[in-house]
Amino acid sequence: MRFFWAFLVGGGLCVIGQLLIDLTALTPARILVLFVVSGVALSALGWYEPLADFAGAGATVPLLGFGHLLAQGVLSAVERHGLLGALTGGFSAAAGGIAASLVCGVLASLAARSKDQC
Amino acid sequence: MKISKEEYDKLSRQVSPKSKLWTDCLWAFFVGGTICLIGEGLRAFYQTRGFILTDASALASVTLVVLSAILTSLGWYQKIASKAGAGTLVPITGFANAVVSPAIEYRVEGLVTGVGAKMFVIAGPVIVWGMMASVVWGVIYYFLRPMLGG
Repeated sequence: MRFFWAFLVGGGLCVIGQLLIDLTALTPARILVLFVVSGVALSALGWYEPLADFAGAGATVPLLGFGHLLAQGVLSAVERHGLLGALTGGFSAAAGGIAASLVCGVLASLAARSKDQC
Repeated sequence: MKISKEEYDKLSRQVSPKSKLWTDCLWAFFVGGTICLIGEGLRAFYQTRGFILTDASALASVTLVVLSAILTSLGWYQKIASKAGAGTLVPITGFANAVVSPAIEYRVEGLVTGVGAKMFVIAGPVIVWGMMASVVWGVIYYFLRPMLGG
């Protein structure tokens, strides 16, 4: 059942992004920023956690989940380190995804050639 | 029903943006849903290997990032993206694609000002504004916490 909800919720969140692309003049960069900031806001309001609980990766894989991860990281860091946690929490939580992307970017630029792309 | 060429043109123009929107959304839904389904499968797999839920989630994200980087290097991700639109943009694989794609494209401009700088064309704004939002929330939470009795 969790797989079904992951597919449905994940697909649904992508449709929201598609509607933003087709119906507004927002560029991909702006849509990604909007999703991450919305994710932080929804998580702060306590609305994203229930979604993540029942949709699993359907809620955590879209970039809204990236915002949720930042907000959750900040929460636990503030509890442990006080105000300093507000600075360190978000990125400690999101470090895995960001570092993986950057490492892959460097490795890919060394391995692949530009002409391989279409 | 008889209609002139002009009328037909007008009618088709009224109808086609809607049907394009419908197809776009279907593609986005199925491709985006499938990427999340793979993510859920990876998460379940890592959980059976003994990782706690948060670690399993992070590992699933990292695996998706690596898969996206490989598909981007092969030029396949862009082919799927031309059909799937937001279905490939919104998941974390889209973020990885936005990092890897310019890294490959600007390799000719060197490792520092080419690869190092251009990787952040889309990832930079996402990281900056994601960080701003999380810091603001962290400060609010810091002052809110005593009032919540925490």
